Amino acid sequence: MSENKVKKVAVNTTINGEEMDILVDPYISLLETLREVVGITGTKEGCNDGNCGACTINLDGRIVDSCLVLGVEAEGKNIETVEGMATPDGLHPLQQAFLEEAALQCGICTPGFLVSAKALLDNEPDPSEERIRHWLAGNLCRCTGYDKIVKAVTKASKESK
Amino acid sequence: MHPFNYYAPESIEEASKILEKYGEKAKCLAGGTDVLVQTRGEKFDLDAIVDVKKIPELTELKWTDSHLVFGAATPCYVLYEDPKVCEKFPGIIDSAFLIGGIQIQSRASLGGNLCNASPSADGICSLIVHEAICVIAGSSGLREIPVEEMCQGPGRNALENGEFLVSIKIPLKDNKFSASYERFIPRNEMDIAVAAVASSVEMQDGKVSSCRIALAAVGPTPIYAQAASELIIGKEPTEDNIKIVSEKAKEIASPIADMRGTIEHRKDLIEVLTRRTISKALERVGV
Ligand SMILES: Cc1cc2nc3c(=O)[nH]c(=O)nc-3n(C[C@H](O)[C@H](O)[C@H](O)COP(=O)(O)OP(=O)(O)OC[C@H]3O[C@@H](n4cnc5c(N)ncnc54)[C@H](O)[C@@H]3O)c2cc1C
Ligand code: FES
Ligand code: FES
Repeated sequence: MSENKVKKVAVNTTINGEEMDILVDPYISLLETLREVVGITGTKEGCNDGNCGACTINLDGRIVDSCLVLGVEAEGKNIETVEGMATPDGLHPLQQAFLEEAALQCGICTPGFLVSAKALLDNEPDPSEERIRHWLAGNLCRCTGYDKIVKAVTKASKESK
Repeated sequence: MHPFNYYAPESIEEASKILEKYGEKAKCLAGGTDVLVQTRGEKFDLDAIVDVKKIPELTELKWTDSHLVFGAATPCYVLYEDPKVCEKFPGIIDSAFLIGGIQIQSRASLGGNLCNASPSADGICSLIVHEAICVIAGSSGLREIPVEEMCQGPGRNALENGEFLVSIKIPLKDNKFSASYERFIPRNEMDIAVAAVASSVEMQDGKVSSCRIALAAVGPTPIYAQAASELIIGKEPTEDNIKIVSEKAKEIASPIADMRGTIEHRKDLIEVLTRRTISKALERVGV
């Protein structure tokens, strides 16, 4: 079999409100694309197989595991990562609540939890604890035991009302 | 990982040409939640990934006079956020809502679930009990097969070289019809079924006019347990009759023992889940 020639692909995409043209290998994940090509490293890699949610980003309004999306699939899409949450005026209410409630220890899972929780609160400002736990079931944390994370999300939901 | 090229064809014809050209060296990409994991695990060396999501038919959801038709790459959330699908086919929603967590459901499709042909797939049994039809495209045009003929073995489906799944058709019923799917997992969410059952019932004049039962994780493919479902057709859905069906389903199940469960445990689960899913389906039709 002849060698399979693989060429880089030009991708036009919008990341945290900024439109950009990037050049990616067609076989790398969106997670790798963000971290290595675009150079924003807030989005973390935990498992690289869809189980841990550390790599969660928002793709056209839905949360996805960026390790299970190809970088080339970002063409024409709108991407939001944890870097897009804080504004020059300060942290996002969720980020503030995570700090106040000590909802993190090592912090690897935190960007994923923040992006997931933001998508929930953007659509459902006052979710029940059960709903929060169900929504966050795709995000794993080895350190906190989850209670503090759920508390922080609840707190942020109450405060942004 | 073996480097591959990426194609995103915008028509059925274009896609089958690429698939035919690469043969075994190409795979379709729907939500990618199986195929990207497997490619990364070096399960196979691909030269091409064919993203089917830009083909309009692959993500379209529509109602005809006789069927609900949805594209093979339609993500799970589209199904469970559609009030009409929820109302008419809660059994399909049981599955769509179970697959992975929210992130996975943003991408994972029932078409991908089916083509991946895992014995423990959560979508396939539901499709079987809904009498779903696969619309398949290839270089010689479209063909249709019943969904229960799609899985041929673990990870093996009935698609020929160059063929791919376009859409899934679910027939609309005149009579009162409903279905239910339930799996057993040791955790609350995000796990692989130890055993699972889907059941559907159609009622006419107080009797079960049709019934289908399908079993997951208890054989090399999801199993259409026709010999069990036939035992209740034409009868009233009494507890005794449901028990007879459930015992037969248990008999049909032919699981292996592994770290998830023993043979006995899995067979017992099938009996319980059959009883539960038939009862749930009956409750949903208002019996
Ligand atoms: C964290 C995690 C949790 C999961 N949980 C569950 C679960 O609870 N239950 C469950 O059943 N599964 C689960 N899965 C597996 C997977 O998400 C499902 O099987 C899903 O439905 C696959 O759909 P997809 O669209 O992502 O398929 P893809 O990965 O895109 O494709 C799957 C296979 O089908 C082929 N294919 C896709 N579309 C077509 C087409 N149109 N024509 C021909 N071939 C095609 C691909 O080439 C590939 O071989 C999980 C996966 C992960 C990573
Ligand atoms: S790194 Fe993507 S889900 Fe774990
Ligand atoms: S804080 Fe360490 S994994 Fe969550």
